[in-house]
Amino acid sequence: MAQVVFVVGDDISTDVIYPGRYMATVLPTETPQFAFIDDAEFNGRLRNRQVSPGSIIVAGSNFGCGSSREQAVSTLKGHELIIVARSVARIFMQNAINLGLRLVVAPGITAAVGDDLVIESDRVLNNTSGAMFPIEALPRARQAIVDSGGLIAYTRKRMLEHPAL
Amino acid sequence: MGMTVVEKILARASGQAVVKAGDVLEPKVDLAMSHENAALVVNQFLEIFKDTGREARVWDPSRVAIIFDHRVPAESPKTATNQKKVREFVARHMISKFHDIRGDLGGICHQILPESGYVRPGAVVVGTDSHTTSHGALGAFSFGIGATEMASVWTLGYAVNIEVPATIKVVVHGAFPQLVGPKDLILHLIGRISSQGANFRVIEFHGETIRAMSTSGRLVICNMSVEAGATSGIVPADQETVTYLREESGVTDPLDLVQPDEDAVYVQTVTIDVSKLEPQIACPHSVDNVKPLGAVVGIKVHQVVIGSCTNGRLDDIEVAASLLRGKKVARNTRMLVFPASGRIYQRALERGYIADIMRAGAVVMNPGCGPCLGVHEGALGDGEVALSTTNRNFKGRMGNPTADVYLCSPAVAAASAVAGMIADPRKGA
Repeated sequence: MAQVVFVVGDDISTDVIYPGRYMATVLPTETPQFAFIDDAEFNGRLRNRQVSPGSIIVAGSNFGCGSSREQAVSTLKGHELIIVARSVARIFMQNAINLGLRLVVAPGITAAVGDDLVIESDRVLNNTSGAMFPIEALPRARQAIVDSGGLIAYTRKRMLEHPAL
Repeated sequence: MGMTVVEKILARASGQAVVKAGDVLEPKVDLAMSHENAALVVNQFLEIFKDTGREARVWDPSRVAIIFDHRVPAESPKTATNQKKVREFVARHMISKFHDIRGDLGGICHQILPESGYVRPGAVVVGTDSHTTSHGALGAFSFGIGATEMASVWTLGYAVNIEVPATIKVVVHGAFPQLVGPKDLILHLIGRISSQGANFRVIEFHGETIRAMSTSGRLVICNMSVEAGATSGIVPADQETVTYLREESGVTDPLDLVQPDEDAVYVQTVTIDVSKLEPQIACPHSVDNVKPLGAVVGIKVHQVVIGSCTNGRLDDIEVAASLLRGKKVARNTRMLVFPASGRIYQRALERGYIADIMRAGAVVMNPGCGPCLGVHEGALGDGEVALSTTNRNFKGRMGNPTADVYLCSPAVAAASAVAGMIADPRKGA
């Protein structure tokens, strides 16, 4: 069981998750400080470690639309947040899988800050409201990357299958 | 069962006779493009090789392109240091398609790639930039990826585990009314199908309006296809593509003009008649919040921007110059114009457009992404309103979350700069 710490609407772009003006910061070790920085309250809670790892952001549809900047994923991964969204934009979803950010697509999800959610293999249970929401499977092409623990490990494995040049 | 253009391209690139939407493939990559975020790609690339005993090698340095455009010249020591590290990597790995900060060969990646002849019909192009969709204008399958995925491509030379996207067919009929064009068409389409209407899908453009459209216009509609969520936009290559690549890009080798089969399968067909299309405006804070110009005329604007990978080409600057000639940008409105490449800038100079624009009071900036994504210059003050020919109007996009950004064509932008408010270019500013 995990707690919902932040709820956002539809079309939350990567400009909102990680504004362009912080894009010169690239390393996954450095990006977490700027997560949702234009929301001073939530960013402050993240920076002050008032949000425990494994907490949930509930989002509407098309979460992570816009720029392909990977910082928008590494900044959330750095806080070990889980995203439960009605739908997710393609590049953000790929980046999340590649970096190991936990992402759940539950097209009907509704939840409020403070609700407790249980994420099962095929559904999300909102323990607070009692409602259940089916989970949409990730694109099957991506499962091998998830199973390898991310794209760096997966690519390393694939590279080592070939003889060295 | 026939194939769409992208299905044909992916079949060739993965060595298969037939593919269909939903198939999982590993297509070979013809071109892998990055900009300043190559700094992160390099970091992830070296991570892949760490502790493997293998020397870090790019699979084919001639297929990697790196173009500095997001923060040029560097706005901070941090950016300058990132750029320095990328330059060192480029030299060490002998990456030839490198465009540094220069007045002759520099510019925005999505203009440099086509004008340099790096993109061919039928190619698979990946870029660490969401607007990599642009290069579908030349009949390539071109899509945005993240930095780690690019590091994987640099290592392996193919994209791992790609699911063939379904394709939406968009058929466009009619001739554009005066001062209405490709930007209005793509804003109209995004408004109609929504910002997620093409998520995980390709948009394939057809119809006599597209056939009659210049490559510059096709770059606009493919560029902004991603604002409907599309993996890529694509215009099947034709004689216009050949003419552009031969005359503008200096490409001499044979071209394969990949066409869809007659019985290709489309997930959806959208038909648009542009003959009565009004200029279109995307209102804050979503690109699909599109209204006809008439609904927003009169809104006061503090900053007008013409440029970007969407609308910074010679025809865009030409229409702006024609509307600004002999006029003045309104008091209390500032206007910024940034050509998409050094080549375009020089042509605009030779043709007198830059003089027209500067005499009107606009500031002409060096080629690059400029104010579009709020990282470099042209920031907005609290509560200010911008009207821009760029591609995104998300909250905070131009660097200030309290500002409003409206998106429009170059003609609307120029007329509005003179009026100091959103204005109709067809009525004479």
